[in-house]
Amino acid sequence: MAFQDNIRDIFKKELNGIRDDGIFKAERIICAPQSSEIEVEFPAGSGKKNVINMCANNYLGLSSHPDVIKAAHQGLDHRGYGMSSVRFICGTQDIHKELEGKLTKFLGTEDTILFPSCMDANAGVFEAILSDEDIMIADRLVHASIVDGMRLCKAQRDTYKHSNMVHLEEKLKLHQKARLKVIITDGSFSMDGDLAKLDKIVELAEKYGAMVFLDDSHASGFIGKTGRGTQEYCDVVGKIDIITTTLGKALGGASGGCVSGRKEIVELCRQKARPYLFSNTIPPVVVSGAIKVLDIISKTTERRDKLEKNTIFWRKSLTEAGFIIKDGETPIVPVMLFNAKLSQDIAKDLYDDGIYAVGFFFPVVPKGQARIRTQLSAAHDIFHLEKALDAFVKAGKKYDILGKSKKEIIERYGD
Amino acid sequence: MSDIKNAILDYIKNEYLEEEDEDDIDFDTPLISGGIVDSFSMVSLKVFLEVTYKIQLPDSKATPEAFDSVNNIYELLNEFNVQ
Repeated sequence: MAFQDNIRDIFKKELNGIRDDGIFKAERIICAPQSSEIEVEFPAGSGKKNVINMCANNYLGLSSHPDVIKAAHQGLDHRGYGMSSVRFICGTQDIHKELEGKLTKFLGTEDTILFPSCMDANAGVFEAILSDEDIMIADRLVHASIVDGMRLCKAQRDTYKHSNMVHLEEKLKLHQKARLKVIITDGSFSMDGDLAKLDKIVELAEKYGAMVFLDDSHASGFIGKTGRGTQEYCDVVGKIDIITTTLGKALGGASGGCVSGRKEIVELCRQKARPYLFSNTIPPVVVSGAIKVLDIISKTTERRDKLEKNTIFWRKSLTEAGFIIKDGETPIVPVMLFNAKLSQDIAKDLYDDGIYAVGFFFPVVPKGQARIRTQLSAAHDIFHLEKALDAFVKAGKKYDILGKSKKEIIERYGD
Repeated sequence: MSDIKNAILDYIKNEYLEEEDEDDIDFDTPLISGGIVDSFSMVSLKVFLEVTYKIQLPDSKATPEAFDSVNNIYELLNEFNVQ
């Protein structure tokens, strides 16, 4: 046996280091379909507990929608379970092309290619379309999958301060001689819940002859009047050259992602993007569910409208109760606690009171910016949010942070 | 020597600190391990050094350790005969 004790010790040491740093991640076991109320076993082996879910990306509440489940069953019955092939050999069904067509129409682009996940889309797209003569200029808070994708690409890299258009313009001037310039941003930033200034970004892109890349994973389906995402919110539909998004959040929440945009870019991905070329695509059961999701949200904005109402109620209630939240309009609502231990202590108290939300701290967010990130869903009803608010207020009183400024909280608990 | 260090320090302040940041930084302030510069945005600092001092820093040299303070960066530049 090659895996001897000295080898095992190397891995144990690394795991212990992660524990010592306080960043060891333990999985919470959910014993129910994804929803606004779930049964959770945490820590593993403890009793099951019913909690209100405030931390899923189930923005539209479609993860367990009966019509989506029915469509998924039909997909399973009519197109089988797996493909046993990558797309370009014998892994493309009619429903894959149908889903790509529906995403193109929904996003208002020229063409779309599915990937096993948006992580894969982001990991594959840059390498497929850029060379060492090109420059990628990214917002500093883009998702980790974009960072990985940029690292896999030979093009030059640079970054700009989060949502700082003056800084972005400086970088565009600095790299003016590059063959291709790509401005890279998330639509809705997952840790802060703010939206990219996409209209200004497009303006700068046009001025300096750059392309725009948008990861709209935390926006597709619910941001903008009809849920077309940040590009709709900022009134720049059709002006974004590359959009990546996920089917793993609002759009059914199962799995899968895509690159959507200029047809030549999509075609190059079909020829060269490694996660597309060397892995199976989304299975038929998920494709069928996703098609149903797009049909539902193309027909009515009822669910995104309910989500918007829930978001307004939650943001207003927390603010009136005296919490500091990150400003914004998205259903990602970070409750700022600044101190890492405080964020963990309050998350634990909330869980004891039947509210499931997660505390984040450095290195996931910058030092001194620990928070509990809450996420709203169209599956929440006001009574869920009222119960959650009661638990937050109880914790806020216990730790005496209600109505306190950032400075006062840091003075008491440290940053 | 101090001209180069000051130029790097000024760049880091402008590039990475926000106006509301209260903490001041000096030549010894830990940049990467101190959470001022993350490993992703470190690339901007690399671009600045390469453009300003007309050098090519291979990835093997542009490590988080080598970029962790102005003094460390200055030592790295010395290896490329920037003085």
